[in-house]
Amino acid sequence: MKFITAIILTALTGFIAGILSFSPWWGFAITSFLVAILVHQKGGKAFLSGFLGIFLLWAGLAWWMDMKNNGILSHKIAQILPLNGNSLLLILITGVVGGLVAGFAAMSGSYLRASSKK
Amino acid sequence: MRLLPLATSVVITAGLVFALNKQWGAVPPMGKFLNPQYGFWQNAEPVGADYDASISLPGLKGKADVYLDDRLVPHVFAENDEDLYFIQGFLHAKFRLFQMDLQTKAAAGRASEIAGPKAIAFDREQRRLGMVYAAENALKEIEKDPDSKKQYDAYTNGVNAYLADLKEADLPVEYKLLNIVPEKWSNFRTALLLKMMAKMLSSGTESDLANTNAKSIFIPDELKLIYPQVPDSLVPIVPKGTPFAAPGIVPIAPVSADSLYIGRKDTVTAKEISKPDINNGSNNWVVAGSKTASGSPILCNDPHLELSLPSIWYEIQLQTPTSNAYGVSLPGSPFVIIGFNEHIAWGVTNAQRDVKDYYEIRFRDESKQEYFFNGKWEKTTLKEETIKIKGQADLKDTVAYTIFGPVMFDDKFSNELSNNRNLAVRWVAHDPSNEGYALYKLNRATNYDDYAEAIKGFQCPGQNFIFASKTGDIAIWQQGKFPARWDRQGLFVMPGEDSSYMWQGFIPQPENPHAKNPERGFLESANQRAADSTYPYFIPGSYLTPRGITIENKLAAMSSITPKDMMVLHSNYFNTLAEDARGIMLQYVKENELDPVAKHFLGIFREWDLNASPDSKGQTIYQCWWDSLEVEIWKDELSRSTQLVPWPEEQITMELLKKDSALKYIDNINTAEKETLFDVVTTALKKAATDLAKKETEGKLEWTKFKNPTVYHLIKDLKGFARPGLPVGGYGNIVNAVTHSHGPSWRMIVHLTNQTEAYGVYPGGQSGNPGSRFYDNYVDQWASGQYNKLWFMKEGDRTDKNVKWVMKFTAGK
Repeated sequence: MKFITAIILTALTGFIAGILSFSPWWGFAITSFLVAILVHQKGGKAFLSGFLGIFLLWAGLAWWMDMKNNGILSHKIAQILPLNGNSLLLILITGVVGGLVAGFAAMSGSYLRASSKK
Repeated sequence: MRLLPLATSVVITAGLVFALNKQWGAVPPMGKFLNPQYGFWQNAEPVGADYDASISLPGLKGKADVYLDDRLVPHVFAENDEDLYFIQGFLHAKFRLFQMDLQTKAAAGRASEIAGPKAIAFDREQRRLGMVYAAENALKEIEKDPDSKKQYDAYTNGVNAYLADLKEADLPVEYKLLNIVPEKWSNFRTALLLKMMAKMLSSGTESDLANTNAKSIFIPDELKLIYPQVPDSLVPIVPKGTPFAAPGIVPIAPVSADSLYIGRKDTVTAKEISKPDINNGSNNWVVAGSKTASGSPILCNDPHLELSLPSIWYEIQLQTPTSNAYGVSLPGSPFVIIGFNEHIAWGVTNAQRDVKDYYEIRFRDESKQEYFFNGKWEKTTLKEETIKIKGQADLKDTVAYTIFGPVMFDDKFSNELSNNRNLAVRWVAHDPSNEGYALYKLNRATNYDDYAEAIKGFQCPGQNFIFASKTGDIAIWQQGKFPARWDRQGLFVMPGEDSSYMWQGFIPQPENPHAKNPERGFLESANQRAADSTYPYFIPGSYLTPRGITIENKLAAMSSITPKDMMVLHSNYFNTLAEDARGIMLQYVKENELDPVAKHFLGIFREWDLNASPDSKGQTIYQCWWDSLEVEIWKDELSRSTQLVPWPEEQITMELLKKDSALKYIDNINTAEKETLFDVVTTALKKAATDLAKKETEGKLEWTKFKNPTVYHLIKDLKGFARPGLPVGGYGNIVNAVTHSHGPSWRMIVHLTNQTEAYGVYPGGQSGNPGSRFYDNYVDQWASGQYNKLWFMKEGDRTDKNVKWVMKFTAGK
């Protein structure tokens, strides 16, 4: 239950950080970190829920935008990056990049709470 | 002991954020770039995007409505001129921000700020050519006129109003890829854009440096033969037989001209780095009512430029209670550049005239503070240039300004191998002028007199302004500020130690080549020489003859013309030059000496219909064979100089061979034998056949596969944003002038009937956003010769079904 809660909270707060005009693009790293302090799990689990929270948010948003765009832009960007024009791969990479940052941020949050308890 | 894992994971997190926030070479900051709430995904515009908007902006005087049709063409209805151009600036920024920003930075020699060290030489050349100096002079002139100042201020404020509310997430995707931010607009930047056009169209039309090297190979009579001023086959813009008035100014050659200039063997090593494309040119023509089915004139124009995405053009209609113009505009500048209004239509082609000369300067010493002029040491003005470079320290350069202009080449620039010769540039684009005012007036012209009056102040780049009115007049003026030259003045680098080689004046404007309502009922221009040898001035330039011949022949033979016929002519693939050249090639080829492969190509060539159509193999064989023949004839002579020497024009080579099959240059001077025309034509085919065979194996013998027509993004490296492999034929010397990446950048046909009937298309789309369905939606249409019907919206059409979206603008605080 904690695991699912952490994922949802990470995604939700990450999204809010993304629409705040003063927040830098990596605002979600802070929120993922805070969520992990709030919803305590072991390091590995915290990483996974942080990762999944932002992976789902980013890949989901990217997929949604891509669908509405008929893949016009993603196909072009996937030639420049270069991913052979593969939009789906670009969506997955988007999710993984955000997920990795969030995962390590969440793991840091988990370790911080654990160490401050001792 | 939990601190270690904590520290480790914090370091990893911070490290990741840092790495993803940083640009690595050409790779943008990936975290920011991929984040769907900041990065490129934000530019993935929904295909069903709604452009309706209510926008309140400080700076507007009244209300303005913008009606967007289903092609995203804005029809702007404003209450006054200032609001009109304010909105135009806003729309240009909204749909085309990146190109305006990039092009004006490049014009000012600031490309290195975006592209890094690889653009340094380009930037230095821009500054040494005096692009900024030219724009400053233009701006002073513009701001002297209160009306012009108001219009440019309004335009600038419109661009900046858009920038003021632009969020990072909404930046065009190119900014995100390049990791840069846009810069505020100013009237100065508009002036820079106009000078970019001036460079594009009036800086590559001379070959003074290469011509100077040619003097080291050929004697003056040979130069006249190989690089003649008037080709035999010329069909000039001003119909032959039109009388010219006696010249108002007769420039006198200095007494030393023969010994110190024309007859002096000379070599310069200086080279231009970014010489504008020789193919920059255009077609325009107009037919009078006497030749059309409707009895109303039809005007056509297709400016040939480097094709790009986003396109150089942005379609727009600009209306106030006192004016109404439709056509294409240049993002970065107010006004409609090519278009029509309720009374007239106009178009432009490039005049191709040489308005830029080089003078050799002698400095007193290395400090370049003084130069020798008219017997004494004169002070230069030293301009310190600072070039900012992405990822590198700034670079300083100093440019000395003389009475002629900036010293473009010296010991510090592009002259490493030379004996440190200092070459100053005299260029009409440096002179104060206000070309925009001519366009402002032209947008509002109602008849021939208005048109002729409007364009008078247009100085540079010289253009062939073609005109038609609903009252039935047709006309053309080659308009610009052109130096009155003595014979061969400015063909070569000139002595600059005194005033004797300076321009003595300009051709009086009323004497510029022009024609109105000729009896034959049509006028055309296609970058050929404006007038035949009866024109009383020496007018060198970079002219192209065959395209004009094709158009002239076609129009002369046509009657009861409809817009449809004009569309067909825009797409014409007939190769006029090849018609003559093929005769020579077939007459002189020694078939018995050919191997089966070469014979195979000869067979196809013989059957060729002389059209450069997309699937034509004959055109490919012709071009390769002809190019190979030119090498056989000229390379041995031209290689006598180690420096750049101009190749004789292909039209001239053909004419020379037609006149004299024993032309002395046919012989290869590097061999003991004496080659004949039979030999070189045959050798040329044998050599071409090797390449052609390779192309045939690759499946690239069809003309369109061979030349691979491509519209690149403005940043050529961004291949994913380009449109390669377009199935379109033609070539630079053909009416449909599509080369690999160059050609008709806008095709327009205006039928001046009571209700104006107009068609147009350009290889791009109204939106500059590669993530929009409007980014390249006209490209296929353009390639197949199709047009959009242009909707000339009227006041009463505000609720018409053609209106797809409405942007309502009000004055805000």
